[in-house]
Parts: sequence; structure tokens; C-alpha cells
Amino acid sequence: MDSLDPLSIARAQFGLNIGFHILFPTVSMSLAWFLVFFRWRHFRTGDAVWLDAYRQWVKIFALTFAMGVVTGIVMSFQFGTNWPGFMGTVGNIAGPLLGYEVLTAFFLEATFLGVMLFGMNRVPGWLHLLSASLVAGGTTLSAFWILALNSWMHTPAGQVIADGVWIAQDWWAVIFNPSFPYRFTHMMLASTLTASFLIAGLSAWRLLKSPLDAVARRTLTTGIVVAALAIPVQIFVGDQHGLNTLVHQPAKIAAMEGLWQTEKGAPLVLFAWPDEQQRKNLYALEIPNASSLILTHQIDGEVKGLADFAPDTPPVKPVFFAFRLMVGMGGAMLLMAWFGAWLLWRRGSLPKPMLRAFSVFTFAGWVATLAGWIVTEVGRQPWLVTGLLRTKDAVGPATQGALLTSLIAYALTYAGLLLAYIVVLTHLAGKGASTAVVPPHASTGVSL
Amino acid sequence: MNLDLPLIFTILMGASILAYVILDGYDLGVGILMPFATRDEQDRMVASIGPFWDANETWLVLGVGLLLIAFPAAHGLILGALYLPVLGMLIFLMLRGVAFEFRVKAEGWHRELWNRLFFVGSLGTALSQGVMLGAVVTGFRNETPYWIFNSFVAIGLAGGYALLGATWLTLKTEATLQLKSFDMARIALLVVAAGIAGVSIATPLVSPSVFAKWFNFPDTLPLLLLPVTTLLVGGYLWRCINQLRQGIARGEWQPFAAAAGIFALAFCGLAYSLFPYLVIDKMTIWQAASHPSALKVILVGALIVLPFNIGYTIFAYRVFWGKARELSYG
Repeated sequence: MDSLDPLSIARAQFGLNIGFHILFPTVSMSLAWFLVFFRWRHFRTGDAVWLDAYRQWVKIFALTFAMGVVTGIVMSFQFGTNWPGFMGTVGNIAGPLLGYEVLTAFFLEATFLGVMLFGMNRVPGWLHLLSASLVAGGTTLSAFWILALNSWMHTPAGQVIADGVWIAQDWWAVIFNPSFPYRFTHMMLASTLTASFLIAGLSAWRLLKSPLDAVARRTLTTGIVVAALAIPVQIFVGDQHGLNTLVHQPAKIAAMEGLWQTEKGAPLVLFAWPDEQQRKNLYALEIPNASSLILTHQIDGEVKGLADFAPDTPPVKPVFFAFRLMVGMGGAMLLMAWFGAWLLWRRGSLPKPMLRAFSVFTFAGWVATLAGWIVTEVGRQPWLVTGLLRTKDAVGPATQGALLTSLIAYALTYAGLLLAYIVVLTHLAGKGASTAVVPPHASTGVSL
Repeated sequence: MNLDLPLIFTILMGASILAYVILDGYDLGVGILMPFATRDEQDRMVASIGPFWDANETWLVLGVGLLLIAFPAAHGLILGALYLPVLGMLIFLMLRGVAFEFRVKAEGWHRELWNRLFFVGSLGTALSQGVMLGAVVTGFRNETPYWIFNSFVAIGLAGGYALLGATWLTLKTEATLQLKSFDMARIALLVVAAGIAGVSIATPLVSPSVFAKWFNFPDTLPLLLLPVTTLLVGGYLWRCINQLRQGIARGEWQPFAAAAGIFALAFCGLAYSLFPYLVIDKMTIWQAASHPSALKVILVGALIVLPFNIGYTIFAYRVFWGKARELSYG
């Protein structure tokens, strides 16, 4: 495949746009609930530290939300400009799901956002708390609809051919298609972890500069505790999601595992260099029979290899490496969160090396989420909608020149925006929320 | 009951686009007027639109979303033909949207940069949308005369947004900034008048099918109501501003309402000129429509949800009723 043909550029451009977009909702979906929690704690206890925590993080939320909105608008145009064949073939199913997202979620979150951000002194406390909850609920609802559509594209169900096009026969089956419950839970937990590591990381950054900052200590604890609770659940849900994929998209699993031929007692490939020409792994480091054990719960269970699905197989390298990156990040986050929680429990604060480590892990959730997203979306290829529509049949007539121009324009804009976003976040975090410090005698006890 | 679903969705989509143009129009207009204000005034101008811009922009997503989901064939054709102006609009919209946040959080020359980008993003969005509008009217022709026409539409639309922005400032600000808004509104109104007149004269010349629809006497005589009403509303707006300027008490909301009225009238003229085409002379609303089963599902949802949307939108406007105050988080 020529790497500059319109299909490849259209895919690169769409991948860039959606990959950049997904960064911000991943943070804001859960950060919104963190803010509801901060606001609620202040509403209940009157403790000013919670209010300062809310005020500090609502600034970061506002910026993240705005980034998500403006990059999301690009998506609503790109479905048509890059993939007219998508709407032409399955538009009668994709359309209503997108429509419901706009009607039930976008207006809700966007309208109450104004009240949440700027209305605290204009409405009663309970109404402000309600507005913040509606923003958070709107972001979750938005994830519900878009992941219903995304999951349907992976594991279509409930559709039927009528008058030569696909239409929904059973909307319940379309929305709650086989992979949806797993994908939705997996994504919401990914968002929880991304936001909690962001909160912990930026709070740690602040504490390195100002060790007695009461707000940063409070938010550091919140972030670490939530991460420590969420990550084992995420590992379990991820495993279940994988087993679901094995049933519905076995070729994706074969690519993730780097399994070229169907085998009984398939090994778990820890690391290798998959060679797509020779169709085998070079320099493989394997655990015998482990893959069969994980996927089939039998020591010599049969796992299907890529050869069984040819020619409809995804490119192996990106799926294989991204999967290892995601799992590796997950493991590192587990260790960090549990060790951090244990230290907080034992000694009430974190030593400087641990604060530094959390600062480094500020955007760990982004890395894991993007890696997971590459696994699932590249792993779906060559299908756009599994079994119904191939990616190459959906591409639009845009010329190479137009696509290349726009790809470069987007890439430059995004690079600038990402840089500005990170600079402002670290700047806000470094400044801190307030001048309030923990009194010395209380410095050993940090409680929620 | 046999509903004409494509027609219903055309009306819904048109209403969304009109709502977008008026609501985000005043946001963009305020952005376009930024260079004519001092630093303090700029902060107050942004404060007057800060709580609203996000929801306003959502109407664009609904309008484009309805085009995508109700008329997928036209969505591909229209946005494919408008690839580069759409690209421009999206990038300008991004800059404008994030500048709201960055301009208050950045410091030093960064802040100045984001203030500039806020203006550039607002003006660029308006001009891109104007080019798109011109291209829709002329059927996406690429020859030079059409691009001149499109550029005229672009300037007219940017002037229209500036008019909405200035009259919004009349409503939401006080003292010197409000005095300034009167002058801004008068200049913008002149640009709009020139724009509407120019576009009205040029449109039938560049588009034979619009010519046929406009000058089919005597059937189209009632159509004369549109330009006549527009002229009257424009005159009324001019008078309102002059009286407010002279300190004669009258509703400060009236100029904004009149400006919105001009937009609604121009929109009716456009709708009449295009209907029943989505892509002029090529694709009608019925040819482009989705399967009735999909349209029904969306319609039911829209009828249930839209009243709520409108209800809480009114709530949000009431929370921020009155003159704009300094915005602070919490």
C-alpha cells in the first residue's frame, strides 16, 4: 500500500483527529465527577480546603472541556468529509446514535457548564452542585452514546437489510451490542485512572515546590486513593473485555498475542519482533502454554492464529506493541498507586522521590488510553464495521492534495494546542490553589 | 399518518442553523470587535459571552449533525466540496474556543497572543462560514467570479456577526463600553446593508435557478415582503441606536432583537431560494434523506428532548441576566 494514497492519508488524518480529541474527554469525563465530589464535600462540611480544591481544578476542567469541545466539532464534520461511505452504508444506524448524543448529552453539558463555571455566586449552593452533577452526567451520557456506536462497529448486532441499506431492527440490540458493556466500563475506568493520575501528578508537582500546601495534599490523597481502588477493577474488566473480543473478533486477539498459526497450548509471547513478511516472531520471549491458559482456561486449549483469518487480518506490529505498552503502563500504574497509598496510610505523606515519580506519571493515563485505543481500532482492520463494511469502501473522494494540506494544518494546530495545554496546566499546578498550609502539628495526618 | 419526514428534518435543520447563526453569531461578533476596545473593555466583552459560547456552538453540531444523519448523501457532497473552507473554519473555531480559557490563564506576552488569536479565530470563523454560504448559493462553482461573490458574502456575514455582537454589548454592558457599542453597531449595520444589497443583486446573476425563482411574476410578488420588511427592521434598528445614543430611554434589548430579525429574514430569503434543493440544482431533500425508520427514531427523540434543551437554556440565560459582571470561577 502506497503510504500517500488517499485512503492512508484519510486514515492518518482521522486517526490524528480522534486520537487528539480523545485525550480531553478522557480527562474531563472523570474530572467532572471529581469536581462534584469536591463541591459536595464542601457543601456538606463547609471545609474551605475542599472549596479551594474545587476552584483549582475547575480551572483545569474548563480548559480541558473547551479542548474537548473544539476538537469534537472537527469529528462531526469528518464523518462526512473522510468517510462518506460510512454514512452511506450504515448511516441509518450510526445517525440516530450520534443524534441522541447531541440532543441528550451535548446541550446538557454545554449549557450547565456556564452555570458550573461562573454561577457559584449567582445560584444557591444546591443548585450549583446540581449543575456540576448535570455537567458530569452529560459527559458520561455522551460517552454512553458514542461508545454504543463504536462498539456496534466492532460487534454489530440488531441490524437488518431493508430497501438495500442497513437499518436497525432492534435498537436495544444495537445499543447493547455484545462488546458494549465491556468497552463502556473499560473506557470509564480508563478515564477514572487518567484523571486520578493527573490530579495526583499535578498535586505532587505542587508539593515538591510547597510541601505544606493543604489543598495539594488533599487532592494528592484523593487521586492516589481513587487510582489504587480503580486499577485492580480495570485489570479485571480489561481481561473480561479481552475474552469478549476472543469470541467476536478473534483476529484482533491473534494480532495482540502475536500468534501466527493456530496452536494447541499456545505460548504467551512476552516480547518479540513480529515479522509480517516471514509471518513469524523474531527474538521471541515466551511462556509456554500461558496464552492458552489465559484465553481458554485450559493448558492445551486451542487458540486461533492469524493464518486462519487471512486475508482479513489487521496489521500485527501496531496492535502487538500497543497492547504491550497498555498492559505495561497498567502494571506500572498499579505499583505506583498501591505503593503510594500504602505510604500515605503508613506515614501520612509521600517522600520526595515518590512525589517526583507521580509528577512523571501525570499523563500516564493518556499513554495507556491511546495505546489501548490503537489496539482496539487498528485491531479491527480491515473492517470499519466488522463483517459489514471495509474501511477502503468508505473513503471519500477528497484529493490527495486536500487531504495532505489538512493533515499538516491539523498536525501543526494540535502540536501548538497540546504544548499550550501542558504549559498552562503545569503553570496552574505550580502556582497552587491558595496560600493555606497545613499547620505543622497536623502534618502527619491527611484524611479525606 | 404519513409524515413528510425529509421536510420536517429540513425545518429542524434550518431552525438549528438559524439558532446557531444568531447565538454563536453574537459570540463571534464580540470577538471580531475586540480590536476596537481597551484591555479592560476586552475583559468585560468576553465576560458577557463566557457563560454562553459553549452551548451556542452546540447548535452548529446539531445543525451539521442533522445534515449528517438525516441527509447523509448531501453531507458528503456539500462538505466534500467545501473541504478547504471547512478546514479553515474548524481551525479558527478551535483557536477561538480555547482562547477563551487560555487568555485568562496565560501571563505576559502569552496572554497578548491569546487575545489576538481570539480575534483572529472569531473573524476567521465568520469569513470561512461566509465563503461556505456563498458556495452553497452558487452550487460550488470554482471559477474566479464565484470566488469574488463568495468573498462578498464572507464580508457581509462577518459584518452581520459584528452587528449582533455590538447590539449584544449594548444589552449586556454599561457606560463607555456601551457608548462604544452604539458606534460599532452603526458601522456594522452599514456593512450589513451594503452586503445584503450587493448579495441580493449578485445572487440572481450568478445563479440562474435563483433568478427563475425570484422573478417569476406575478407569483413571486409576495416575495417582495422580505426585502421591504428587512429594510423596515434595519431602519428601526438605526433609530433605536440613535435614540439610545441620545439618552432617550428605551429597551436596550431592542437593537439585538432587530439584528436577530434581520438574520431571520435573510435566512428566509435563502431558504426560499434553495428549497427544495440541498445541493442547488443537483440534490433535493427527498433524494438525500435517510431511511424513514432512522428519521422516525431521531424525530421522536428530538420532540421529547428539545423542549428540555430550550427550557434549561432559558434557565442559564436567566442565571446570567442583566449587565455582564466580572467572571470568576466560583
